[in-house]
Amino acid sequence: MSTELGVRSAVVVAPPVVDRKVRQRRSWLPALLRTVVGRSAAIVVLLAVWEAAPRLGLVDRTFLPPLSEVLRAWWGLLDGGRLGENARASLVRSFSGFGLAVGIGVPLGLLIGWYRPLAELLSPLLELFRNTAALALLPVFVLVLGIGETSKIAIVLYACLWPILLNTISAVRTVDPTLLRLARSLDLSPLRLFQKVILPASVPVVFTGIRLAGAVSILVLVAAEMVGAKAGLGYLINASQYNFAIPQMYAGILTISVIGVAFNQLLLAIERRLTAWRPGPPTS
Amino acid sequence: MSAGIEFRGVSKVFPVRGGDELTAVDGIDLEIAAGEFAVLVGPSGCGKSTLLDLVGGLTVPSAGEILLDGRPVRGPGPDRSTVFQQYALLPWRTAQGNVEFGLEAIGVPRRLRRARAREYLELVGLAGFEERHPHELSGGMRQRVAIARSLAYDPEVLLMDEPFAALDAQTRESLQEELLRIWRRTGKTVLFITHGIEEAVYLGQRVAVMTSRPGRVKAVVPIELPDRAADRDLRSSPEFARYRHEIWSLLHDEVSRAQQWEREVGRV
Repeated sequence: MSTELGVRSAVVVAPPVVDRKVRQRRSWLPALLRTVVGRSAAIVVLLAVWEAAPRLGLVDRTFLPPLSEVLRAWWGLLDGGRLGENARASLVRSFSGFGLAVGIGVPLGLLIGWYRPLAELLSPLLELFRNTAALALLPVFVLVLGIGETSKIAIVLYACLWPILLNTISAVRTVDPTLLRLARSLDLSPLRLFQKVILPASVPVVFTGIRLAGAVSILVLVAAEMVGAKAGLGYLINASQYNFAIPQMYAGILTISVIGVAFNQLLLAIERRLTAWRPGPPTS
Repeated sequence: MSAGIEFRGVSKVFPVRGGDELTAVDGIDLEIAAGEFAVLVGPSGCGKSTLLDLVGGLTVPSAGEILLDGRPVRGPGPDRSTVFQQYALLPWRTAQGNVEFGLEAIGVPRRLRRARAREYLELVGLAGFEERHPHELSGGMRQRVAIARSLAYDPEVLLMDEPFAALDAQTRESLQEELLRIWRRTGKTVLFITHGIEEAVYLGQRVAVMTSRPGRVKAVVPIELPDRAADRDLRSSPEFARYRHEIWSLLHDEVSRAQQWEREVGRV
């Protein structure tokens, strides 16, 4: 009786998927348009105020030039090659530090999370390091590694490492215990258990750490470049301010914002791809 | 293939805080024949799940031994499979992938896995749902996937730890029927744990009633009901009511003892 029920419900329930796809296709364009308009409304308003306020004399245009002037300066920097050169310097440092942090933090976190006694032993230490502001350590890095690329990549690596490491550890430690019981009852070898249960179960939480680190990598680098550097977006912003090239300064700031948003979107896209099985989309 | 299970004087003692010991189960003697559907029923905290862990080889008895087909249990293995109350499905895998998981664990080649998983999903009435992820399935369907996974690697014994406790009444009844059908078709030995009296009477060929703290087998009640498949409304027949009352009486003292114990613990 209930088999029939099961089979019948299979027939009844299966169609909606097809149905949903059809509906999605039909209303795809207007929906996308609405999303784009909805999500960019606040930004458009901000940019409009930026353009209008200095022109109307609401703010001093020496300190906040209108957006159009900033964009002209941005174009000038791009045309002269200064923007590309500085952005490249920043991105190389940022990505090197970030990449190293992912390369070190994820395997190390998996290891520490897996060996419970090790995690308990190290967690006070990790807590201490995480709560030591990376920029407070910048003088130490400069002292030891000099003012070249090494110290800048090192500070990014340091700042990115903690969110990745701590999230990975907690990801491994919070794997659903019933899944571990299942694996044990199937007599899975530790390697198989790791590969087939722990690793895939950890991906969402690990990625939260990676995205945090992505934001941190740009934040810390720009600050580091303001202290002692001869290239980079942080340097560009700081140097422009010294030379009273205010539109150029804002152009630099704008570039950093755009890079930050783009980087986050990229990481979000990778995360979505890896966690497509999850019911809800990851939140930005 | 199926095998009998034999408990011989099985006890399990856990250390608790303060250096004390808690006897979860004590001196269990029970024989379950190959191909039998046996149900363990008892109040909460009577050590039912401990007993299942012992058969599963996840823990070792403090005294006595458990024989599976005459050989003592030495650890976990694919000759026993457990269906958990919380389904224990891998959320990143589809229904198909979840059933294949058990087959991967015992090293079935990829080609065979696919066909075998489909076959067992069909057996539990989930044909057409192979590509759904667990979050796209209802609770009852998730448990069907878990049952398919447990059966697909052809264990000798199926251990079921209150598998239908989290489901609504309607779904539970239809899954009970389905489970009996599957059991008749596959001939597995089933050890089913529940705290539901009706469930125990409906499913079991024999029902073992357990005492609370420490868990002992108080009585074993053989259930002789007419063929469940033929009789549509078995649950309202007088024989069913008589068995239900018998087990209820056996359990009643235990439940009030367990509640009193919990009150005392709460007061401390």
